[in-house]
Amino acid sequence: MKEYLLILVSTVLANNFVLARFLGVCPFMGVSGKLEGAIGMSVATMFVLTLSSASSYLVNRYLLQPFELEYLSILSFILVIALTVQATELLMRKTNPLLSRILGIFLPLIASNCMVLGVTLLNVQQQHNLLQSALYGFGAACGFGLVLVMFAAMRERTEYAPVPLPFRGSPIGLITAGLMALAFMGFTGLARL
Amino acid sequence: MISLALLSLCLFGAACGLGLGWATKKFRVEPTSLADRIDQLLPQTQCGQCSYTGCRPYAEAIATGQAEINQCPPGGASGIKALAGLLGREPMQLNPENGMEKPVAIAVIDEQVCIGCTLCIQACPVDAILGATKQMHTVIAAECTGCELCIPPCPVDCIVMKVPRPGWDAWRPPRPVMARVLPPQHPLPEHDAPAGDM
Repeated sequence: MKEYLLILVSTVLANNFVLARFLGVCPFMGVSGKLEGAIGMSVATMFVLTLSSASSYLVNRYLLQPFELEYLSILSFILVIALTVQATELLMRKTNPLLSRILGIFLPLIASNCMVLGVTLLNVQQQHNLLQSALYGFGAACGFGLVLVMFAAMRERTEYAPVPLPFRGSPIGLITAGLMALAFMGFTGLARL
Repeated sequence: MISLALLSLCLFGAACGLGLGWATKKFRVEPTSLADRIDQLLPQTQCGQCSYTGCRPYAEAIATGQAEINQCPPGGASGIKALAGLLGREPMQLNPENGMEKPVAIAVIDEQVCIGCTLCIQACPVDAILGATKQMHTVIAAECTGCELCIPPCPVDCIVMKVPRPGWDAWRPPRPVMARVLPPQHPLPEHDAPAGDM
């Protein structure tokens, strides 16, 4: 139990994927312009990341390891991620049109989010079991969502703040992200994994 | 060893592909919502005269009952009739606040006057204007929906709406021949006009 809690705390706060590992920085800068978009993106990421980390664990355990094909993990994980994203989109459009309208454009975007591949590869590296893998993915997505929503809220405010001309737009965004990363360094040592 | 890797990966990929293909068929969503069917009847000019940003938002507004069916000037009376038929309502007059029904026209840029400011390109909802900064712009006649949205932003007023070949210009050498062959009261077939030819 303690171990699972540690995984969550570590991925959400201490080893935040965006601010400590610098994975998924592209959607972090790209989708943080508006708060609603950021929330949609985080929910969609949470969905896909949990599913794809669990299913890529299964592929690794029952396909790659028995045949000693671990060197093909990147290739097959990309396949699994693409499959999960597509299948999730199809299922969601059929079963829950409302949710699919909210998450609509974000779902296919996640397929190219490097954080998803990063999580699946780190799962193999850290020898997680199925539940740990899924939790690691879920925690990573929670951390991503937390940081993304906070960052989007800040960016909505800096839009209207009297920022000096050379810093307007992306530069002040990058500086904000840097300050956030510094603040999140305060969590280091909270959980070591 | 290599062959095993190739075989297993190929099989895995094929299984994924087949599964996905099956799921696409199994979970297909038919576009049968009311908004979809209304959208199919609208003229797709994307002109925004209905006070919505395009044909699709207007279709959704009609479907939810927020808009009347008489707000589409390009569709005109026949469009209102089609919408009334679909929704089982009485046809009504076009709302004059949204505009008047006009013959279909397409935008033409006076290329001698164009300064290449790209403002009309940004205004065009269907990407029918071709050009680049400080390069001459032109309208792709086959793509233009005649929405007139490119006219207000033009700083040098070099865009005019032209009805493709009205009146005397509508006649081209083959046409009088056909008119001679056909009985005089027979209307000329509309689809004979070469598309996009001014």
